[in-house]
Amino acid sequence: MPEKKCTILVCQGTGCISGGAEQILNSLETELVRQNLSGAMQIKHAGCHGFCQRGPLVVIEPEGIFYTKVTPNDIPDIVHSLQPDTVPVERLLYYDTTINRPIKSFRDIPFYYKQQRLVLRNCGVINPENIDDALAAGGYQALRKALAMKPTEIIEEIKKSGLRGLGGAGFPTGRKWEAAFQAPGKDKYIICNGDEGDPGAFQDRSVLEGDPHSVLEGMIIAGFAIGARHGYAYVRNEYPFAVHRLGIAIKQARKRGFLGKNILGSKFSFDVEIFQGAGAFVCGESTALVLSIEGKRGMPRPLPRPRTTEVGLWDKPTLLNNVKTYANIPLIINHGSQWFASRGSEKSKGTAIFSLTGKVVNSGLIEVTMGTRLREIIYDIGGGIPDGRAFKAVQTGGPSGGCLPPELLNMPVDFDSLTAAGSMMGSGGMVVMDQDTCMVDIARYFLDFTQRESCGQCIPCRIGTKQMFDILDNITQGRGKPEDIDTLLELGNSIKDASLCALGQSAPNPVLSTIRYFRDEYEAHIYEGHCPAGVCHGCL
Amino acid sequence: MDANLIDARVEEILSTHGKGANKLVPILLAAQDAFGYLPGNVIQHVGEFLAISLGQIYSVASFYKRFQLTPVGKRRVTVCRGTACHIRGAPQIVNEIEQTIGIKEGETSADLEYTLETVACIGCCALAPCLKVNEAVHGAMTPRKAGVLFTDVSGNKNA
Ligand SMILES: Cc1cc2nc3c(=O)[nH]c(=O)nc-3n(C[C@H](O)[C@H](O)[C@H](O)COP(=O)(O)O)c2cc1C
Ligand code: FES
Repeated sequence: MPEKKCTILVCQGTGCISGGAEQILNSLETELVRQNLSGAMQIKHAGCHGFCQRGPLVVIEPEGIFYTKVTPNDIPDIVHSLQPDTVPVERLLYYDTTINRPIKSFRDIPFYYKQQRLVLRNCGVINPENIDDALAAGGYQALRKALAMKPTEIIEEIKKSGLRGLGGAGFPTGRKWEAAFQAPGKDKYIICNGDEGDPGAFQDRSVLEGDPHSVLEGMIIAGFAIGARHGYAYVRNEYPFAVHRLGIAIKQARKRGFLGKNILGSKFSFDVEIFQGAGAFVCGESTALVLSIEGKRGMPRPLPRPRTTEVGLWDKPTLLNNVKTYANIPLIINHGSQWFASRGSEKSKGTAIFSLTGKVVNSGLIEVTMGTRLREIIYDIGGGIPDGRAFKAVQTGGPSGGCLPPELLNMPVDFDSLTAAGSMMGSGGMVVMDQDTCMVDIARYFLDFTQRESCGQCIPCRIGTKQMFDILDNITQGRGKPEDIDTLLELGNSIKDASLCALGQSAPNPVLSTIRYFRDEYEAHIYEGHCPAGVCHGCL
Repeated sequence: MDANLIDARVEEILSTHGKGANKLVPILLAAQDAFGYLPGNVIQHVGEFLAISLGQIYSVASFYKRFQLTPVGKRRVTVCRGTACHIRGAPQIVNEIEQTIGIKEGETSADLEYTLETVACIGCCALAPCLKVNEAVHGAMTPRKAGVLFTDVSGNKNA
């Protein structure tokens, strides 16, 4: 009887931990000993595997056997199935309702095989708390390669790759690096934006939790390229596991000489420290983020403001990129800009990572090539809408984005097409809505959010969003007036034009896009006092 | 916590973080974690240590949502009102909890047992709707489950 030799991956992402993944790990250790298997099996703490909704997840490699919703009571059966001549525990496998049978390996589940996991390649696969695991997966090879290049060569590679910032706006990363490189001055800073304030988005958290070394590696390469010696990783304090794992990664990287003085024997020295955000959505904005590190209120700098690449932290040139933007850097350096640029659509290269949530059968963290159609994301990967309900809209870009209707399901998803449709890529939230979601209520919901989060510095954002909120609140209460839609459009357009920062400039998007695509719902509330989705209590 | 203990803990926080304006937020976060809120004398102490005016500290402490200037309950209940949770019924969860524990969003119960607050996102959106009791996340909530969760907890309290 051949003895099986397996690796048992136990997802330790925030989602699975909330479902009891830590107890699973403990039971597994005890049970392996009890069944005399501890020698042949390796247990691995892994980061987020992506399919959070089905967690806690346990994956048995090399076969990829995928167990969902595991509880400590299931562990004896799972361990038994590792004995020679046994079969997997069927009741825990993913059950595909379209073909009416369970699927054994996660590699055969559409949720996974329709994805293109490049940035997420290590998430759920390596142990994020063990640098040797990261190294075995190719970690820090790009750093070695980059240290042998000239900074300008690195910047040229990033420019040629076509990578655009994944923090929301899609600014070309290579151009930002070049500006930070060219900015005069010796003291420069690198900042990684892990504030992730968008409600409905958790991809930066998952990357930090699942593969912190790739993010660090990207930051170190950036530091070398622009000539910075110090970096900050700004992570919101609501993400304790992300902070914890990144902290471990930093310590381990220092020990191995990837951080600190004379990195890998070169003349380049660089170190990173973590800064925890204290909870303010607006602090995701570059100038506000910088001020909050300086110990001030995080309010965007007034206009006209110099670029952060010139006047940033402590007024020094500062390069600020999103978590996923940095995580892409090692890929580009390792595989070359050509390889990267061959993926994606004409003006959006590489992949996009989304938190697919809401009224969708499979929700979790996904990664697709830029330009993938909405329909493929929602139906092929997401498995469509649960309970036989009808798809109504998908919201992207969080409070800065908009709601897209069924007519746009064939739209390729990339930076420019989303913007043209009145939404935004944003940081990657994708919330699916069905017929039971009221679009006026959603608009009201987002304005409630922006109105609370406005820093209050500029009048259009502070007062304008409040006015829009009041009108929306009235409509949902059945007190709408015929002129409300026009007033909303007018207010929305002026707030967009006149606000000081992108928070205000994009705050009207949820309202404008729902009026654009779902005007009849507004009208039903206003003229008939009726909420078609049956959500608004004031108009049933 | 008695005054001497608080002082000792503050000293410890200040000495691990050190000086500099960029230490203000980290120090306040550590104090918030240690005491559950930012007591006035702690703020004063921090101000003296960092040589920052009280006005500036309060301006920072009142800006960020993590900081509380009044004591919070032993069980800090944080319900997510993020988009994914909202469309999956977060408002009903908040209602249910308000009724079960008898305080409104933003309030702390008189016996300092509970604080109920809402936040923009907990980052567990795939398990929506979610809430946190102190640091523990509870996903896939329903009003019924939320009701049971808090009836149990308050049941224990009465026992
Ligand atoms: C109100 C507001 C909130 C933002 N929040 C975030 C955030 O949470 N994470 C992020 O990476 N970028 C956020 N941004 C965008 C940043 O200002 C900045 O463009 C981005 O971090 C740059 O990184 P990138 O070039 O890699 O995209 C926000 C912008 C605004 C106006
Ligand atoms: S929207 Fe509730 S956890 Fe993200």
